[in-house]
Amino acid sequence: MPETSNNNLGTQSVTLFATCMIDQMAPTVGESTVEVLEHLGLQVKFVDQQTCCGQPAFNSGFRSESLPVAQRFLELFEAVDGPIIVPSGSCAAMVRNFYTDLFRHDQDLVERARTLSERLYEFTEFIDHFFGSDAIAGSCDDRVTYHKCCHLLREIGIDEQPLEMLSNIDGLEMTPMNRADVCCGFGGAFSVKMPDISSAILEEKLDNIEATKANRVVAGDIGCIYQIEGGLRRRGSTTRVLHLAEILSESIRNRKTGKATE
Amino acid sequence: MKPLTINFRSKAAQTIGDEQVQNSLEHVYTGFYQGRINAAADTPNWEELRTKGKAIKDHTIAHLDHYLDMFSEKVEQSGGTVFFADNAEEARQYITELAKDRDIETVIKSKSMVSEEMSLAENMNDSGFETIETDLGEYIIQLAGETPYHLIAPAVHKSRKDVAELLDKDFEDGDRVPDATELTMLAREQLRDVFARADMSVTGVNFAVAESGSITLVTNEGNGRMSTSVPRIHVAVMGMEKIVPSIQDLSTMLRILIRSATGQRISTYVTMVNGPKTPDEEEGPDEFHVVIMNNGRLKLLKDPLLRESLNCIRCGACLNACPVYRKVGGHAYGWVYPGPIGAIVTPVITGLKDATNLPAASSLCGACHEACPVKINIPRMLLELRHKTAEGLSDPDERTSKFVERAIWKTWRIGMMGRGRFDWGARLAYLFMRPFSINGWIRKAPPPISGWTVSRDFPLIAGRSLKSRLNHRHKKEI
Repeated sequence: MPETSNNNLGTQSVTLFATCMIDQMAPTVGESTVEVLEHLGLQVKFVDQQTCCGQPAFNSGFRSESLPVAQRFLELFEAVDGPIIVPSGSCAAMVRNFYTDLFRHDQDLVERARTLSERLYEFTEFIDHFFGSDAIAGSCDDRVTYHKCCHLLREIGIDEQPLEMLSNIDGLEMTPMNRADVCCGFGGAFSVKMPDISSAILEEKLDNIEATKANRVVAGDIGCIYQIEGGLRRRGSTTRVLHLAEILSESIRNRKTGKATE
Repeated sequence: MKPLTINFRSKAAQTIGDEQVQNSLEHVYTGFYQGRINAAADTPNWEELRTKGKAIKDHTIAHLDHYLDMFSEKVEQSGGTVFFADNAEEARQYITELAKDRDIETVIKSKSMVSEEMSLAENMNDSGFETIETDLGEYIIQLAGETPYHLIAPAVHKSRKDVAELLDKDFEDGDRVPDATELTMLAREQLRDVFARADMSVTGVNFAVAESGSITLVTNEGNGRMSTSVPRIHVAVMGMEKIVPSIQDLSTMLRILIRSATGQRISTYVTMVNGPKTPDEEEGPDEFHVVIMNNGRLKLLKDPLLRESLNCIRCGACLNACPVYRKVGGHAYGWVYPGPIGAIVTPVITGLKDATNLPAASSLCGACHEACPVKINIPRMLLELRHKTAEGLSDPDERTSKFVERAIWKTWRIGMMGRGRFDWGARLAYLFMRPFSINGWIRKAPPPISGWTVSRDFPLIAGRSLKSRLNHRHKKEI
């Protein structure tokens, strides 16, 4: 099944929007995303000029600063054809759901954002939609729990799909997290503007994670991943937090090299 | 009520550090939040009902003047009196004058958030009318000299011991703490006597039905029903958004309100009042007054981006769902309405300048939007308010952002407008941060991210960007 394309996508080529954070802070998540997509038989293009979708400034209220960055994103990705894959629920939500508000004084931009959004997919959503949640087989021998990142869950609508994908990994033991759908307290600039509140919310999340006895936490948004991993590290925990793309690519590699369970 | 929104941060910190209050706030999730989830799951057409509820509210708010006219006409036809109050002061004055004029001595109140806007009980007591809250939670809060902590559970932050100390003057530290039933009986004894001698009542309104001129009260204690039937004068106070067009609409709204509030299918009491007693009736009040209050609601109505907040039916579901509310508690929000919906209406009604922290205090997780029975898009409105405070484009007075903050975002924008600068910026940050890092993580970071490292390690920026890695990989392959 790997290296072939039995999808209903109608193309072999997709474009990655890495997001600014993955690009500069977590490039391995980007590489994993590429590996998983290639494993599905796709060729992954990268727009060299890409930076950010404009979300950080927009969420902080600075729409005048966000606007040109968002417009730049739009123009860069309009210039390439085919599906655009974003390994982040909140960045995908920004383009798909919040550009309407950001661009509201310019109907042309609103329309263009809508058109672009029709071929923009969050990573999990894309695989689930075109290949199915059982498209990726692999193996790893971790005890894993899954955190439902807010924007991925509530703005994009990805709920149980990642759990279905993880259930396809041989040797992986899922352990359910209490209140998996409750926020981790990240919230972008909120995490540094109101650290007391952000941390109090995080502590509850960390308690729920530690109760699962998982050695790995899987999540879908890099901000939340750093919030949770940063908190776990501060507690001295050895539990690590991974993006879904990371655990999938690792499991595919394990399967190929015969590492991990069978 | 005097807004204290400016104290948000200190109040929030205080609550986060209070273990007992944190334990009480747990019940908001395990009780109310889970209750709503279960009730929704048991209601086959739940999403349909929410959609219907939203449509009813959208329609009513869009034709508010029409339905307010219809309602007041109907109230007057059935022998009641309607007073439109532009603000809390006018409403208070009307009620106080009425009490003076009718030689009232004792006023009983049932739960009403609108009356909190007027600080009514406090003011009536100061004006010489014995005024007593009869909702158990409100009674506890009144004894404590506090304001409600939650839209439907005003004393949710109080422990049983706190309540025992308030209700029983003889209670001493070390005594056995009475259970909930014993405490309720204690309050009941104290309140029975008040009910018997009260000659005026002030109640809230959950819904006002335009086509019939009736008001509806949803309670679990029966105090609302006694308040509307025992004293000779009944004054119902409501915000102008509380209207529904028809009885049919009322039935939809009651279904979603009660399930969203407590998880019950129906509350113990649902009381409908249609004017004072008629000559052929033996029971009921001699006079029935409805005070309909604006108090800043027109500001919300006039703003197309914030108008949806008037759809709120005050069920409290957004509070229960909110991770921020569950940590900072109700008093941090500094005015009558706490939680996500409070973070929208409070700044608009009391002034955005002092309340900047309210819309800022959100992770934008969207749990409020998901929980809202009438699907109010709260995160979207929080973003609108943040936009106002950051840039003040429509009203420069609303801009509260600091120069440093504006400079940071300007720099951010410049950095994001070209790939070269983006890579350079990241490189500089990497070189600057690297000496402080151990194994790729930083334990103590300088501003503006010092807040992060109070409780979390901060990840070091990667030495090489994804772009550079992918290009390198590509070259190798060729």
